[in-house]
Amino acid sequence: MIAEIGHFALILAALCAIIQCVLPAIGVWKGWSNWMQLAPFAATMQCFLTLVSFISLTLAFVRSDFSVSLVYQNSHSAKPMIYKLTGVWGNHEGSMLLWVLVLSLFAYFIALFGTKLPFRLKSLTLSVQAAISSAFFAFILLTSNPFERLNPAPFEGTGLNPLLQDLGLAIHPPFLYMGYVGLSVSFSFALAALILKRVDAAWARWVRPWTLASWIFLTIGIALGSWWAYYELGWGGWWFWDPVENASFMPWLFASALLHSATVAEKRESLKNWSVLLAILAFSFSLIGTFLVRSGIITSVHAFANDPDRGLFILLILFVFSGGALLLYAFRGNYITPENAFAPISRETALIANNILLLVSAMVVFLGTFWPLLAELIFDRSLSVGPPFFEIAVTPFLVALAAILPLGASMPWKRGSAVSALKQMRTALFAALICGLIVLYFQQVSTWIAPIGLTLSVWIIGGVFTDIRNRIFPKSASTSVILHRLRGLPRSEWGKSFAHSGLAITIAGISSITAWETEDIRNATPGDQYQISSSYSLRFDQARNEQGPNYISTKGEFSLIRDNAPIQKLYPERRFYPVSSTSTTEAAIDMGFFRDIYVVIGDIHSDDSFTVKAYVKPLANWIWLGALVMSFGGLLSLTDRRYRIGRSHRQMAATQLSG
Amino acid sequence: MRIVVNLVIYFILIAPLGALAVEPDEILADEELEFRARQISQNLRCLVCQNETIDESNAPLAKDLRVIVREQLNQGLSDSEIYQFITDRYGEFVLLKPQINGSNLIIYLAGPMMLVLALLSAVIYVRRRQNTTNNDQPLTENEKQRLNELMRSD
Repeated sequence: MIAEIGHFALILAALCAIIQCVLPAIGVWKGWSNWMQLAPFAATMQCFLTLVSFISLTLAFVRSDFSVSLVYQNSHSAKPMIYKLTGVWGNHEGSMLLWVLVLSLFAYFIALFGTKLPFRLKSLTLSVQAAISSAFFAFILLTSNPFERLNPAPFEGTGLNPLLQDLGLAIHPPFLYMGYVGLSVSFSFALAALILKRVDAAWARWVRPWTLASWIFLTIGIALGSWWAYYELGWGGWWFWDPVENASFMPWLFASALLHSATVAEKRESLKNWSVLLAILAFSFSLIGTFLVRSGIITSVHAFANDPDRGLFILLILFVFSGGALLLYAFRGNYITPENAFAPISRETALIANNILLLVSAMVVFLGTFWPLLAELIFDRSLSVGPPFFEIAVTPFLVALAAILPLGASMPWKRGSAVSALKQMRTALFAALICGLIVLYFQQVSTWIAPIGLTLSVWIIGGVFTDIRNRIFPKSASTSVILHRLRGLPRSEWGKSFAHSGLAITIAGISSITAWETEDIRNATPGDQYQISSSYSLRFDQARNEQGPNYISTKGEFSLIRDNAPIQKLYPERRFYPVSSTSTTEAAIDMGFFRDIYVVIGDIHSDDSFTVKAYVKPLANWIWLGALVMSFGGLLSLTDRRYRIGRSHRQMAATQLSG
Repeated sequence: MRIVVNLVIYFILIAPLGALAVEPDEILADEELEFRARQISQNLRCLVCQNETIDESNAPLAKDLRVIVREQLNQGLSDSEIYQFITDRYGEFVLLKPQINGSNLIIYLAGPMMLVLALLSAVIYVRRRQNTTNNDQPLTENEKQRLNELMRSD
């Protein structure tokens, strides 16, 4: 019964979406305001009905209702409750339902928070948003119905993949989806503004918070996914340039670019045209990402051929929406209001450089990801494109981006000077170079990665501090002036500082772990004690078998020893899951601010020794700490006064005139 | 009884699954050769896994390849000779870093070329922006008329 309610609610939601798409658009066209008024109501209904549908599916999973085919395939009565819940979106059909749920949620938020938007713009934005959700409702109902029944109903489910029973893995897709789908709002705004011919500074101001929110979700989602890989996959890899990862990285790069260009559009009335294009592209890349993940085309061309309907359907959605939007852009781009002048050396130019580097990186990732497919289709070459390619092809652009960041971030709008920017930053530059030289001199392995990476991160952090100092310590100022200025510094400035510092922290983490990680692989017998790095030893105390809720494990007990004193017990495990006859590696990690000690236990050999791997991973946690700081920066910027709800446009217009 | 069953299950089922990528018995005594072996392994794709290098993979086939690479190193072959040997056997599909030749030049050159193109367009755009001073543009006839109407209606 529950499944039928869910299915029915989904159909009704799809009808709501169609109504929300068509009627307000006609209203805008004919100028009938009562037709336009339908949009927020339809959005609310659509969101409510999709929620009902999603809850129905969740209930089917919670109750282990194996008469629903999806539950039978992806759940099992012995699963812990939390993984029954997360199992709802751990499969194709359920994840698409989550996709439309988030989509309709965002439409509802536009209806809810957009009370100060011009009425026509709001109605049309909701209409475009509903067009996207109609397409995805059709996709679900026609090709991926999550509520399909089985008759007779099986007694037990089959979905108990232990690798998927992990909290980090289970909760990162919703974050990524919030990010992917959030970009649809910027897309809908761009289209509505193009149709109404009103792409102006106010447009940029409306779009930026939505982009910012999506960017925060994407950042957290990517970081969670990477963290999961780090602790779960058994050797501490944290980024593989896998198509699925690239699928989330490309929209992140586009969203980052859009955030920066929308600032220019909002504050300086330049780059409006460009920002509209970026908003269209950012969501297009979300769709490309969805296509990549959902069609399975990249892992194997043959997987795609087995079930072409789904892949083709998403491809069709991609072509209709991206193609249509780009066409509209081509026709309407020239209606965008004139843009302000700025000098070749200015914040505007710096942000253009930022956009170029982000976009070129994204396009290289895109090309690399699709190259195996293109090479096979066009050149008949069966080849792979993996981490070694992306590392050499993408890194240079990101290094260049980090190198210009402090200069651009402190550059004044409209007209600046390269000389005075460098002069301002001389302390930061000096500190960064000294740091690089120290690292180069003292490091134990010869590599350029760490010196360059750490120089860049000190350079960025130094730039952030210099920038803040210059804003609050004017020459010969009294304490009261400084305090006043400190308070007066808008949250978006703090947001920017935190986001850039977060990037610096991540760069430091990535370059240290890449350059300096050490590894010790050996056969060890309980009782052995051995050196794993210059300052750490490991003592293998014992190994035993344990019975878990749905697995059996071999657990090692190790003592981590520093300066002859044990500082930490570590318990690496190998788990075996009889039902699915798979085994997993549970690494034991002693997390530290400056290093992680990562211990993995493997095979038992005939002489009672075990394979033991121990890694020292310097600054490992900085990778995700940096992402967290970046997201916090985004959040600060999102709560900036100028985005707060309830601020009318008259106020906005007034500040625009005066500022 | 349960423990005995578990132990039986363990030794029959887990032990064979327990391979853990690079095992101690594979490692070469010569540190320099071993370092090269790891570097090479990180550029070779495991053929039976989804997007894993043979250095990371637990699959038996990956182990075979790791051992082959090390045998070749012991015989004194150079890195490129080893890549060639592996490619001859398994095709260029195993190379995670595509060969820099023929159609693959496209992906290697695309980044730099896009950068150059983008920089050129940016220079043109910025130069144009530099000369625009839309604030000083005089009103058109239509705008003047509209302004007058507005002033009168006040």
